[in-house]
Amino acid sequence: MTIAPARAPLWLAGAAIVAASAAAIPLVYLVVRAAEAGLVAVIETLARPRVLEYAANSLGLAAATTATALVLGTAVAFVLTRVRVPFSRTWLLISALPLAVPSYLAGYGWLVVIPGLNGFVPSWLLLTAVTVPYVTLPVAAALRGASGDLEGVARTLGRGPLRAFLVTTWPSVRPAAIAGSLLVALYALSDFGLVAMMRFPTLTWGINAAYSASFDRAQAATLALLLVVLALVVVTGERAARRQLPRAAARAVAPRSVGRGMLVSLLPVVAVAPLIGVAVPLLALLSRLLDAATLRAIDVPRLLEAVGSTIGVAVAAALLAVLLALPIAALAARYRGRLVTIVESVGYLGHALPGIVVGLSLVFFSLAVVPALYQSLAVLVFAYAVLFMPKAIGTMRAGLGDVPPRLVSVARTLGMSPWQAWWRVTMPLALPSVGIGALLVAIATMKELPATLLLRPTGTQTLATELWNRTVVFEFGAAAPYAALLVLVAAVPAVILSGVRSSAKEEL
Amino acid sequence: MRVSSPLSITALAATGLLLAGCAAPAPSDDAMPVVPTADGQFTLYSGRDEELVQPLIDQFTEETGIVVDVRYGNTAELGALLLEEGNATPANVFLSQDAGALGALSQAGLFTTLPDDVTSAIPAGFTSTDGSWVGVTGRARVVVYDGERLTADELPDTIDEYVSDEWNGRLAVAPTNASFQSFVTALRVLKGDDAAAEWVSALADNNPQIFEGNSQILTAVDEGAVELGLVNHYYWYGAAAEVGAENMRAQLKFLTPGDAGSIVNVSGAGILNGSELDADALEFVRYLVSEAAQQYFVEQTFEYPLLPGVAAPEGLPSLESLITPGLDLSDLDDLATTQRLLADAGLI
Repeated sequence: MTIAPARAPLWLAGAAIVAASAAAIPLVYLVVRAAEAGLVAVIETLARPRVLEYAANSLGLAAATTATALVLGTAVAFVLTRVRVPFSRTWLLISALPLAVPSYLAGYGWLVVIPGLNGFVPSWLLLTAVTVPYVTLPVAAALRGASGDLEGVARTLGRGPLRAFLVTTWPSVRPAAIAGSLLVALYALSDFGLVAMMRFPTLTWGINAAYSASFDRAQAATLALLLVVLALVVVTGERAARRQLPRAAARAVAPRSVGRGMLVSLLPVVAVAPLIGVAVPLLALLSRLLDAATLRAIDVPRLLEAVGSTIGVAVAAALLAVLLALPIAALAARYRGRLVTIVESVGYLGHALPGIVVGLSLVFFSLAVVPALYQSLAVLVFAYAVLFMPKAIGTMRAGLGDVPPRLVSVARTLGMSPWQAWWRVTMPLALPSVGIGALLVAIATMKELPATLLLRPTGTQTLATELWNRTVVFEFGAAAPYAALLVLVAAVPAVILSGVRSSAKEEL
Repeated sequence: MRVSSPLSITALAATGLLLAGCAAPAPSDDAMPVVPTADGQFTLYSGRDEELVQPLIDQFTEETGIVVDVRYGNTAELGALLLEEGNATPANVFLSQDAGALGALSQAGLFTTLPDDVTSAIPAGFTSTDGSWVGVTGRARVVVYDGERLTADELPDTIDEYVSDEWNGRLAVAPTNASFQSFVTALRVLKGDDAAAEWVSALADNNPQIFEGNSQILTAVDEGAVELGLVNHYYWYGAAAEVGAENMRAQLKFLTPGDAGSIVNVSGAGILNGSELDADALEFVRYLVSEAAQQYFVEQTFEYPLLPGVAAPEGLPSLESLITPGLDLSDLDDLATTQRLLADAGLI
């Protein structure tokens, strides 16, 4: 059992505070901008009936998406790890693929198939389809480590399979499932591309409209702060749901065989998200490509340049995000207290905000602090890190938390300093989780558009900006190769991700 | 092309007065020359798409040798970016998709006053009244409808009738979009705030199909998902260029000239503060309102040229016929009231 020392070492707390300050930049910016308008204007904005509807829609969509992603993701992970499924490794890989599809692309593809699609239900289902791997992958990784024997015991004691799962296996995968669900919720709150396509007005609509029609940054900031409040509710909820439980003894369980009929009935569970989130939209885009008149010679050097810069910024962003997330995750894995709560919650905020808000906040920040770096790759990569470090915090916290404290104690008794013990014992054991965090950040970076448009060096193109360049002028034919390559490039980390195990405990 | 001359003369006079008032440079001693200088390059923020604008810029560079660093984005984001950058902006020129963004930047004092020969090239009513930006192209508000379910004759000719029971649940609008809000402002200017509020609340009660932007409305109508909607005319032409005009299911209907539903909105350009002496930037803005560039827009983007003497794209009603007497683009500045009106009706 973890015996948490009362106080975090100063170096760790200090590093975590520095990292959290980076994540707090958008928040500071929003407060500054909203304050410019004055309290009356802020209240006036918040009191608009439509704003209430926006907020309710945002919250409803996030709650529904999270619930379905949690259930579906856990079910898929369970089937793929506990049932002897033919080609289970391939299935796991396929179930990771929706991560590679930007939500706006999924929405666009579905509109080609069913033009009238709109409202809550399609937004909810599509968001679930593209976010469910955030739950599937960590839960599958945890299940491969968790003991299934207790479940067998529970069943012989007369519990039904679901009940047995909930009583015995669920506690051991719960932290992974909840951390993944948090990412789903934040994704749903911050998404604009899909809800705009599906005509489901959420707060991100309001924020975008405040910039684009009103040119009212104060109003946009007010609405974005409302989104921050919703995100805080979600983050607090996650903290409450994540009460430390005694983890089941780590032991891998061999998948059990089931009948052919059972297998056939399980298949839809596994296939539904990749089907809705990947196959249908991509096939629809392909059909559009065949209709298009703008099918033209692909400018290969330009395409390759975009691939190169996409991979370049994604790798850099992944490294920086992991570096920033590390102290926060390390702090949250072992220590409690108000400071830990604040630092961790602030770390998550960037992910709840639409890219345009984070982008503008870094325009504001970099011009004020490091004007020489303005519109440089450095600021762009930093923005990605602020936006996506939450994707690394959760997995890394779980990974670091799984390192048995007794190993660290042993290292200490062998004469290592706390720092040495952390670096030479804790870190290597938690490395897989660091890898997962980095891959998640890389995928998200590749798909990011609004902050990229605002902060990139003039003339730099990523696959996402190139895709945007072409879709705004209806040149589907010219856009298709970029869309295909974006999904393909983002699929690489997603595929790797499906093979990484969340923690080193299996090896113990 | 002619524009009601009294209006343009008044505006010209006003522009001249303003120029006299504003353009006088800050007291400069003899040591500081105020002659524009050229270094053969400048930075452009383009709120218009690369596919549409880059060929024109290449043409400009070929003719003048001036290199243009272009930063593409959408107009709203670049507008927000410029407001955020303030005087620290690396941009010299902003090319905007709509007049709203230009008005907002002008109001924030970010534009320098353009020389008279540039602003006077474009008839008043289609450009700024204070010379802070110049109109480049015009786009008309139109009704787009599903040609398989409706005919142009079945559609009303005035915007008032589109909120009647007949169209309940059938009309698509994008109330959070700048061009829709400009139209509502025009409605206010032409008919008064009360009548406009009445129209907006009638629309809200009529179960409109709410979309985020014009192009999504067009796509939905073209695919038969929605019967009709309010958009800008050139979206249709852009889509038609992609799939072929004969394959377009969506069709356009222009409303009665003079009706708020048929107003013409403009795209335009301005020079940012601090770049008033950048001869390259100035040359580019001048080029945008030249015959060559205006002709390019006619052919490539199917927009209305604003330079007198350049003919409108074929098949479009003439720009003169769409001029709305009593409406000046600068009247559309008052967005706040429009938004309050839309907010009260629960549309934004």
